[in-house]
Amino acid sequence: MSSTHTVPLKIYFGVFIALCVLTGVTVWTAKHDYGALNTPVALAIAGLKASLVILFFMHVKYSSKLTQLFAFAGFFWLVLLLVFTLQDFMTRGMLPTYVFKH
Amino acid sequence: MSDHAHSTVGLAHHFDDLEQQKESGTLGMWAFLITEVLFFGGLFGAYAVYRSSYPDAFMRASAQLDVNLGGINTIVLIVSSLTMALAVYAAQKGSKGGIIAGLVGTWVFGAAFLVVKYFEYKHKWEHHLIPGPNFLFPDAHGVGQHGTPEQLYFALYFAMTGMHAFHMIIGLVILVWMMKKARRGDFTVHNYALVENFGLYWHFVDIVWIFLFPLLYLIGAHSGTPGAPH
Repeated sequence: MSSTHTVPLKIYFGVFIALCVLTGVTVWTAKHDYGALNTPVALAIAGLKASLVILFFMHVKYSSKLTQLFAFAGFFWLVLLLVFTLQDFMTRGMLPTYVFKH
Repeated sequence: MSDHAHSTVGLAHHFDDLEQQKESGTLGMWAFLITEVLFFGGLFGAYAVYRSSYPDAFMRASAQLDVNLGGINTIVLIVSSLTMALAVYAAQKGSKGGIIAGLVGTWVFGAAFLVVKYFEYKHKWEHHLIPGPNFLFPDAHGVGQHGTPEQLYFALYFAMTGMHAFHMIIGLVILVWMMKKARRGDFTVHNYALVENFGLYWHFVDIVWIFLFPLLYLIGAHSGTPGAPH
């Protein structure tokens, strides 16, 4: 039965150590200035940490296809929410403003 | 079917077997977590919009936070996620003592997180960093100014970390209830869905913090501005 799959203990401890190391990495990178890449670097590390938690601590790697689809759909919708909001706010003022004359 | 009777303990009548029951429970939990993702997603969206409007103010405001306390709390929360994962592991193995140990560990580290959070909030209260009429943010000369855009950052800081802490308080209450059930021997190798689904909730709360930590504590860390002017 796939749903009673037991994740080996060494995977739990391995993920735990990886999460601690990545926390240190994100603090270390934050002290350096990469210009426009500061936030993307921070989000990439956070995304990697979140993926480890979702796949192993939350067992999604070993779950049914339907559960995996649900988990993916939730975060996909979040991306839609953020991308469509930001494509408005970050492009404001990029086009010239037309003044209508009567 | 008497030879299969042992595997139907805890089976609700509207499910075919325990596998289907467990699968439905996991799916229902994920449906709930999706609503939680989008709920916190709205807060992260508001953060993205206001930070893109006031990037420098957000960096200055972020530098007022204590990176060490935030970092320690990140590790504390990761440890509590590990102990929660170990509680689920113990439940799968049918180890009653293991479940209780995992739940107690999760509770202790969860409570430790909130204690650190309390001292952080207290510090902000004392330094006039609570949005409102008494909000004062130090300018270049260290003189407190009213109504600066840094107030937006702190409004989001308290909304996001406050909602996160609220989720943890609810989690601690549920953990106590689960400890009682575990002591009573309610969880068996065939019936531990509550432990597993609460684990999903707890790990989700951990994920929210994984994003809150860099976005709230670390965005001003490269600017060389030392922490709050105490």
